[in-house]
Amino acid sequence: MNTADQYVKAIYLLQQIENGPAATGTLADKMDVSPASANEMIGKLESRGLAEHEKYKGVSLTDEGIVQARDALQTYCIIERFLSNVLDVEDFRAEARELEPVIDDMIAGRLDTIIDRKSECPDCFDPESDACQYLDVCDAEAETETEAAD
Amino acid sequence: MQRHERGIALESGVSRVSVGYQVTSDHQLARLLQIGIVLEEVVEARAYHHHEEMGDDSLDEEIRDLLSHAAEESNEHRERLEAVIDRLDVDSVPFEEIEALVEAQYGQTKPEDFDGVLYDQLCNEETAYKFYDDVIEAIEASDAQFTIDREELLTTLRELREEEADGVEEVTRIMEGRE
Repeated sequence: MNTADQYVKAIYLLQQIENGPAATGTLADKMDVSPASANEMIGKLESRGLAEHEKYKGVSLTDEGIVQARDALQTYCIIERFLSNVLDVEDFRAEARELEPVIDDMIAGRLDTIIDRKSECPDCFDPESDACQYLDVCDAEAETETEAAD
Repeated sequence: MQRHERGIALESGVSRVSVGYQVTSDHQLARLLQIGIVLEEVVEARAYHHHEEMGDDSLDEEIRDLLSHAAEESNEHRERLEAVIDRLDVDSVPFEEIEALVEAQYGQTKPEDFDGVLYDQLCNEETAYKFYDDVIEAIEASDAQFTIDREELLTTLRELREEEADGVEEVTRIMEGRE
């Protein structure tokens, strides 16, 4: 997944969390880059017609950007699900973030053939927990939270 | 460099995906090689099942040889990757479980025709090529030292990549010969 795909995916998820444009600072934090680097990439995304930036409000994806973000999110879901379900990686979220630059959609497509992914993917991705809501780990965490609330 | 003509330019037509990515530890390296093992497992399982499902009578000698060679080569590649992981400072992974999982998935698949088999093989070889290419680039971008000698590691991966490139060329040659 290239850098632009990682950014549109991050903006897509932040827009869901914030229910509006993604703040540049929050995006920079999520991407673990400086605000200047985030701004530079936002400019590139704007020039490619993938995002729109409004001063003091933040960045929003265009329709084209949303399509690209959802594709990237599907690739990311495949990586997370593969790490969690096939390789039994406990900290699959951190490792997925590490691996996403080197796993493109072609390779993810092959990995996808041996995992069970829901047809609603990527809508089942939970931006808050940064994982597919159907992943076992999420279920376990949800159960723990429910028990704690009780 | 363009290695063949069927719109599958290995060197020039495939977009780079690993910009800035570096492999910095034994752990990261092992994880990538595990993915390589799974990809090879998929190639082997698909080749085997294509052969089984289509049957000897339906497949001519050229395709039978291609599938047989693909399965053998993937098996050998897996063993070479496993040998590298064994020498890294990481916990081992139960490969039998992965093998069983892939096998279970492909026990149910059935190629529709010869074209389906060939395109599938082409996709397998291309994906594996692309994967090794990205991993090599990510290692070259890093100055990390691994438990295994860097040059030895890179030589192994370059050899695997070269064999995948040969595989892509072979499938392409057969496909073009049948047009």
